[in-house]
Amino acid sequence: MNHWLILPILLPAMVAPLLALAVRHDLVLARTFSIGSTLLLVILGLFQVGIAADGETRIYALGNWPPPYGIVLVLDRLSAIMLLLTAVLGLFVLLYSINGCDQQGAHFHPLFQFQLMGLNGAFLTGDLFNLFVFFEVLLIASYGLAVHGGGGSRMRAGIQYVVVNLVGSSIFLVALGLIYGVTGTLNMADFADRLSSVTPGDEALLYCGLALLMVVFGIKSALVPLHFWLPGTYTNASGPVAALFSIMTKVGAYAIIRVFTLTLGESPAGEGFFAASWLMAAAAVTLALGMVGVVASRGLGQLASFAALGSMGTLLIAIAGFTPGTQSAALYYLIHSTLGIAALFLLVDAVTIRRPGVGDRLTAAPRFSHRGLIGGMFFVVAVAVLGMPPLSGFIGKLLILDATTELVGWPWIWGLILSTSLLGLVGFASAGSVLFWKSDEVPGAAVGSPSIALPMIAVGSLVAVLIGLTGMAGTAVDYLDATTEQLFDTRQYVEAVLGPNAGGDGDG
Amino acid sequence: MEWLVASAVAAMSAAGVYLTLSARTFTVVIGLTLMTYATNLFLFTTGRLAINQPDIIVDLSQPHADPIPQALVLTAIVISFGMTAVILAMAVRGYFESEGDHVDLLGQVAAEAARVEETEFATAESRQAAAGPSPAGSEERP
Repeated sequence: MNHWLILPILLPAMVAPLLALAVRHDLVLARTFSIGSTLLLVILGLFQVGIAADGETRIYALGNWPPPYGIVLVLDRLSAIMLLLTAVLGLFVLLYSINGCDQQGAHFHPLFQFQLMGLNGAFLTGDLFNLFVFFEVLLIASYGLAVHGGGGSRMRAGIQYVVVNLVGSSIFLVALGLIYGVTGTLNMADFADRLSSVTPGDEALLYCGLALLMVVFGIKSALVPLHFWLPGTYTNASGPVAALFSIMTKVGAYAIIRVFTLTLGESPAGEGFFAASWLMAAAAVTLALGMVGVVASRGLGQLASFAALGSMGTLLIAIAGFTPGTQSAALYYLIHSTLGIAALFLLVDAVTIRRPGVGDRLTAAPRFSHRGLIGGMFFVVAVAVLGMPPLSGFIGKLLILDATTELVGWPWIWGLILSTSLLGLVGFASAGSVLFWKSDEVPGAAVGSPSIALPMIAVGSLVAVLIGLTGMAGTAVDYLDATTEQLFDTRQYVEAVLGPNAGGDGDG
Repeated sequence: MEWLVASAVAAMSAAGVYLTLSARTFTVVIGLTLMTYATNLFLFTTGRLAINQPDIIVDLSQPHADPIPQALVLTAIVISFGMTAVILAMAVRGYFESEGDHVDLLGQVAAEAARVEETEFATAESRQAAAGPSPAGSEERP
């Protein structure tokens, strides 16, 4: 039995109550435990990525109940990558938050650990209802984190965020009800297995359920008609929280990849599942809206939020292709954009706390300390986020452009991605020049500020990972190609979970 | 019975959606609660509606009630209960932050806007004072 497979869920689940109950009053100890736990998660993530590289799908049956009946955790390459990404992101965000963000409100560290637990669980689970439960775990922690630090506008954005997600949870349950009613199972592998043998009259109900699932994952990944929660929440959340939330939208993207490739396999958009073509259209609008938002932003936080929205658009365009090529490109872009957007939000916070009275608004203000360093970092991160050469964003976009040539209407996709990149470039350039150059011209003493070392180490490490992702792009793409190969080999997934003699006919 | 259950789900969902779309946090919370009730009732029916079936399965060949939807509903109830508590706590906090229970926290936002304007004015003034008598014109982005 692979008992270590449940560790990414168990570890934060044990550390969080410890932080909340035992070391609540000792900040140093709380930080030590929190960072220690996240560091262990990184090591565990590296270990799991290494283990999963052999292409075997490992399962862990909770309570040793046999798979179609009990809940299973499944570790394959995709899960391992997502676990490692979450842990790396968590570690550096946590490092940044030590500059004092974690003291602005109560229980930052326990909530952070619970959030990691929910994320890890969502990436590991092989059961649809369990996916719902882990979504709720990560959401309830995120509700606390979103309003961390308090304040009116944060509370307003937080309430709207909670309401949107509660509606989303209801829709999720209805979708699960429909799927259970039609197929009689909630285990993903069993569900994929029984899909072909659905009672003829029930297909409409099944597709209804799948479409509702798409809506729920669309809410999570801020797909356009369902994106309204994102700019407000991300702009108003404190810096490290917004940075951590950059993986929250990716949970929705992950769920789309996992559930829909497993159930539909390789089917070109429009042929297999009607929602696929809608997904492509919505993703295109998401990208356009995000980049227009970048140009129109009046604050750096807003700009970063819309950049996050735009990057989700690019990612979902790639996912909506539903071919191995686009999925592999999407995964590369997913890793890149999670880290890039997170670094961007951390820089937004670094700028905001240095400009008292002005905050992140894009107006010239008296020069602030460490302008050069922060400005330089902003430049590098902007290059990465926008997908300019030479950083990983460029490679990600190149992979996506290359992969989408298989699709019909690819010239439109190319045109959209390239023109929105230009829009984003304009937005970032004007924001950066106002913040870092025009501020120089405004007379006034440099405003004193908190320490710079640890925050910039955190941002710098994120940038270093991005550079590593650029330098090792060949290795990464090879791993991701193998990941998509494994992903589209649904037969192998089903057999790994249900046992080798799982037939396509179901046992009724 | 199908008609009764279906219309109950429909009525509760409709009322829930309607209330959720209102502009007051209290009615929104009531709406969300109604929506989760509708969802729970709907989940209950996914095991098919049947009466007088044994709930403890002794013989698989005999007809029996499907136990899984009941377990799912139980989980869903617990989760939605917790979530309702969270949003109530946040709504109460929002109520104290603003002057009413509007979802946009109207009073609070007005106060914040006034404060921002004030600081903007103050920084502009101090900047002018520092620049001396000949400011080269506003460099502010609109």
